[in-house]
Amino acid sequence: MSRERLAVVGNGMATARAMEELHRRAPGRYEVDIFGAEPHGAYNRILLSPVLAGEKRVEEIMTHGADWYAQRGMRLHSGDPVTAVDRARRELRTASGRSAHYDQLLLATGSLPFVLPVPGRELPGVVGFRDIADVEAMIEASKTARYAVVIGGGLLGLEAAYGLMRRGMQVTVVHLMDRILERQLDMPASQLLQAHLQKQGLRFRMPAKTAAVLGQARVRAVGFDDGSEIPADLVVMAAGIVPNIALARSMGLACERGAVVDDQLLSSDPAISVIGECAQHRKICYGLVAPLYEQAAVWAQRLAGDTDARYLGSVLATRLKVTGVNLYSAGEFNGGEHCDDLVFRDPRRGVYKRLVMNQGRLTGAVLYGDTRDANWYFDLLSSGREVGAVRNRLLFGPAYAGLGAGAQAA
Amino acid sequence: MTAAVATTCPYCGVGCGVSATATGPQSAEIIGDAQHPANRGRLCVKGSALGETLGLQGRLLHPLRRSADGDQQISWDQALDTVAGTFKRIAEDHGPDAVAFYVSGQLLTEDYYVANKLMKGYIGTANIDTNSRLCMSSAVAGHKRAFGEDVVPVDYADFDVADLIVLVGSNTAWCHPILFQRMLAAKQARPELQIVVIDPRRTASCEQADQHLPLRPGSDVWLFNGLLAYLHQHGVIDTRFVADHTAGAGAAVAAAEHSTGSLAHVARSCGLAEDALRRFYQSFARCERVVTVFSQGVNQSSSGSDKVNSIINCHLLTGRIGRPGMGPFSVTGQPNAMGGREVGGLCNQLAAHLDLEDAGHRTLVQDFWQSPRIAERPGLKAVDLFDAIHDGRVKAVWIIGTNPVVSLPNADKARAALQRCEFVVVSDVVRDTDTTRCAHILLPALAWGEKDGTVTNSERCVSRQRAFLPAPGEAQADWWALAQVGQRMGFGAAFDYQQPHQIFREHAQLSAHRQAEIPRQFNLAGLADLDAQAYAALQPLQWPYLSATAPVERPFANGRYSTADGRARLLPLLPRLPVNMANDEWPLVLNSGRLRDQWHTMTRTGRSPRLAGHRPEPELEIHPQDALMWGLRHGGLARISSRWGQCVVRVRTTTEQVRRQVFMAIHWNDQNASDARVGALVNPVVDPVSGEPEFKHTPVRVEPFFVDWYAFVLTRHALRIPRASDIAWWTAIQGEQFRRYELAGRGRIEDFSAWSRALLSAQAPDADWLEASDVAELQYRAAHLVEDRIESCVFISPRADDLPAREWLSGLFIQAPLQELDRISLLVGQPATPGADPGPQVCACFGVGRNTICAAIRAGTASVETLGAQLRCGTNCGSCVPELKALIAQTRSEVR
Repeated sequence: MSRERLAVVGNGMATARAMEELHRRAPGRYEVDIFGAEPHGAYNRILLSPVLAGEKRVEEIMTHGADWYAQRGMRLHSGDPVTAVDRARRELRTASGRSAHYDQLLLATGSLPFVLPVPGRELPGVVGFRDIADVEAMIEASKTARYAVVIGGGLLGLEAAYGLMRRGMQVTVVHLMDRILERQLDMPASQLLQAHLQKQGLRFRMPAKTAAVLGQARVRAVGFDDGSEIPADLVVMAAGIVPNIALARSMGLACERGAVVDDQLLSSDPAISVIGECAQHRKICYGLVAPLYEQAAVWAQRLAGDTDARYLGSVLATRLKVTGVNLYSAGEFNGGEHCDDLVFRDPRRGVYKRLVMNQGRLTGAVLYGDTRDANWYFDLLSSGREVGAVRNRLLFGPAYAGLGAGAQAA
Repeated sequence: MTAAVATTCPYCGVGCGVSATATGPQSAEIIGDAQHPANRGRLCVKGSALGETLGLQGRLLHPLRRSADGDQQISWDQALDTVAGTFKRIAEDHGPDAVAFYVSGQLLTEDYYVANKLMKGYIGTANIDTNSRLCMSSAVAGHKRAFGEDVVPVDYADFDVADLIVLVGSNTAWCHPILFQRMLAAKQARPELQIVVIDPRRTASCEQADQHLPLRPGSDVWLFNGLLAYLHQHGVIDTRFVADHTAGAGAAVAAAEHSTGSLAHVARSCGLAEDALRRFYQSFARCERVVTVFSQGVNQSSSGSDKVNSIINCHLLTGRIGRPGMGPFSVTGQPNAMGGREVGGLCNQLAAHLDLEDAGHRTLVQDFWQSPRIAERPGLKAVDLFDAIHDGRVKAVWIIGTNPVVSLPNADKARAALQRCEFVVVSDVVRDTDTTRCAHILLPALAWGEKDGTVTNSERCVSRQRAFLPAPGEAQADWWALAQVGQRMGFGAAFDYQQPHQIFREHAQLSAHRQAEIPRQFNLAGLADLDAQAYAALQPLQWPYLSATAPVERPFANGRYSTADGRARLLPLLPRLPVNMANDEWPLVLNSGRLRDQWHTMTRTGRSPRLAGHRPEPELEIHPQDALMWGLRHGGLARISSRWGQCVVRVRTTTEQVRRQVFMAIHWNDQNASDARVGALVNPVVDPVSGEPEFKHTPVRVEPFFVDWYAFVLTRHALRIPRASDIAWWTAIQGEQFRRYELAGRGRIEDFSAWSRALLSAQAPDADWLEASDVAELQYRAAHLVEDRIESCVFISPRADDLPAREWLSGLFIQAPLQELDRISLLVGQPATPGADPGPQVCACFGVGRNTICAAIRAGTASVETLGAQLRCGTNCGSCVPELKALIAQTRSEVR
């Protein structure tokens, strides 16, 4: 009897992890074809920042080349994006004209940089920060150009800004909000980070609303809604990502911000699963790697035969990949009703920690400067363990909290 | 290096010899003097820590005029003229009884002698009393009533041959550790030696005792009357001794039998089990060589004198006195209480054991002094004296070397008295005490180590206290200041002393004066010709000291007493309850006393970090069930109130307290705690004969002292705690290179960070300040570092037991700069590895902590000896041995 055919659309980190998980659980159970838009194998997109900063080379971040798939009996078709899917016939078609039948389809098309809808956004010198091509473009620009403007003070923007600065450019981060990383950090941590980056040479313009990218043949400056402008030889759009769901829409799958999936990660078509940044689960589109790994695992379990496998959502945790900055945040750290803050400050060492407690449980954590205990906090957070008894030691990490309450009385 | 100087310890009445070697102008190495008969080289923890109490911090170095406008430094001439002029004027205008001296058992005999001479022979009033009134005046009264003279007829060597040692109202283990060690050594050599402790509290002295009788407070006379009756009934009487050398035995026995009835009745009166009481009576009856040691638990009572005589009665009936290994033994609390008694430093004594109320004695003394007058009636005893100051009868007082605002009963009234007094002079070594705050003139005195003279210990041993440090600033000997005032009052020739030996020689001559007509046991005839050289070289010696060649005869060895008929007196005694009994309104009885490692008002011991380790804070000791009943929690705060005043201290629940009895230590005062002057609570009730206050029995009530937060601070620099602030309670504790403050407060601290930085003077924005806060739980912790070393830290919590242990943090002040990891530990309050926390200090000599000891016990160390071999704890002064034993018992029971 012939094997079921599995087609995978997209070859990013979600796909790579999903294939690993599937191979581990049910090697050879499916006949697998993987279609990727980029002209190479899978790589660790998180490490694009160090590549940009010159701390790693592209080869070092490649994780799943064609041979990796070949060794596991999977076929990788790179540089050949899927352009259409006929759900009724369970058949897909690629840019190169190839077509393939599937029994199961995994959609993992990821996301695209959000490009501000401002005039001049298509000028040469305006790039996103998404893939190896973007990084190569930026590295190239940094060799001759002087001024870089990064639009967006989120994780991606800061990493891009830092990388370009390391490449010798004078970099200004333009941000709509009054503080950087507002989704990951509270005000004090954000200020600590900003001060640190400023000391390194990064400039900030915020809150500032970009009105236009200015220039004739190439970018020359970035203009703001107050009429002012700053010079720019390179503009990086890093104001966020949008799920890449053009294909899903064209297939007629139910889509909102992303392609809607249930707890089994199935789309509105039971033959089609969606994972990664293009998926929308319980109203949430994730943009971080950890949930995507968890989705990959759940999906693989199901395909390996575990019909009970469910994905229930992820607790978010973030690390900033900027050398010299240890920054971590997880969970809901902006507080709310019933939420209490535990705060640790050691400005001399540049350490700030904030833990958010909700009725005896840890629900959020922001660590700045010292993230050694990040995993421990993450475990407490995800497990929802009752930690009220060690509340007054929680800030100090497992070496102390682990002693338990009894040791104190001695 | 300079040579070692032989001197004596400035603390208790044991009078241990100390060998001091100066290592700088304000430092010295201290060891026990192996040659001194009192201690043969041993020192207790307080004595061992003497070196840590030196130094000029807080010293009074110049004469000062103190007023509401502040302190003004004046010359000695100005100061002495002011004192002499004012005393003279007031004595002339209002009569000599309008002036007074209030002196101290810590004065040297020479100081004491000059003070007494000036007051009784020249100013012409007996208004000189001393803090010894608070300590052993009941013993003095008892001795005088029984023996006709204030004589302690026992030596320390008697412990070595006794068969039974009875400790009555004496926590010897803590208050006279070297004597206790001597008793234990005797017991080890002769296990048949019995030790019985009679004390309402289960003190450390009970740990190694054969029997503990927790009698009802104040019931001692029932107990010893009962004993007298028992001895009589069982024929344990030295008939011949009683017939030949005593008077009053019949009446005494009759009164005893009448007042006590059956043994069962005695047991009930004393709150004791009948069997236990019988066992003690049997032991006493059986053992010929009995030493009955008594101390403040006997003396500090409204029936203190009777208690003393009830004890002496038993020794007289059985003839157990004047021979080796036996006798009633009053052990004094101060280094020179005995010297003060010898010179007549109490307002109802004259001098040299002579009687103020005996005209012949007065003539003897006046002739000897060639003085213009002699006081003819007793002066005001301490409590009465301060009452007289309060109501204006006494208008000028000179307080020397004592701190009555802390130590007197009804101490708030004593303070009020000084505040309204026309002229208050205070001679002291410390600039700021609760008493010096009330002074108009402050005179800088020489401290221990600087002053030079003699002291007498509890066994009548006269020792030299010698200087081994230079006099700092303008500090002078107290005898010098007194003599100067005497001269400036117009009594020049009589006070023309240049050297202390001149005073001592006069004192010795007076003691020998006309002994043939008026014989006294107290006789230093052998020292009457002492010159400067001989005085300098004087070795410890006991009196009576008739000559260098005559053997020292034990007092009363010949059966002859100092009464007119030469017979000792047994007194008929009727037991009396303490004056103020507990009732519904004041349901608990407050007892007060000393702790092991502190001394009096802590001006000296309070400076030693290792002495602070044992009991760092003032506490209310209370039985756990009583605590429960009155809503108190161990470690929480309690307000203790009496009809006279109140205190707020931390609660320590302990089964060492009997139900309905609570205990507080006497040491704390306004310099180191917000509300811990136990004197403020104590009822101003005195013994009608001795005038000694009833410190051991004040009815009180207790209630929780509610606060919103607790905190502690460790800091290299002393805090200034604002008087009116949200800090409702505090205590300061000396640590090694830091001060510790325990705090509690009311109200909500709005901004922990700002509040703490202000308190610790760390407001600089770039200060190395790390903090952890939990605002919802009102928890806050912060530390201030300077060059990576801890400068200060503060921990705040609504619950006292949420604060971390202090011990580990304390150690950081003497450590090398902190590593990065230690910075976190700093706010946790403990190292990452739990084993590194030694726990509360048990052995102060070697700084061994409870956790360390318990760990060793859990690991199998089962005896004090092996613990000592392993950790060294208990191997120096031995005063923690009872606690080590208790820890062994406790920890081993856990293990099982």
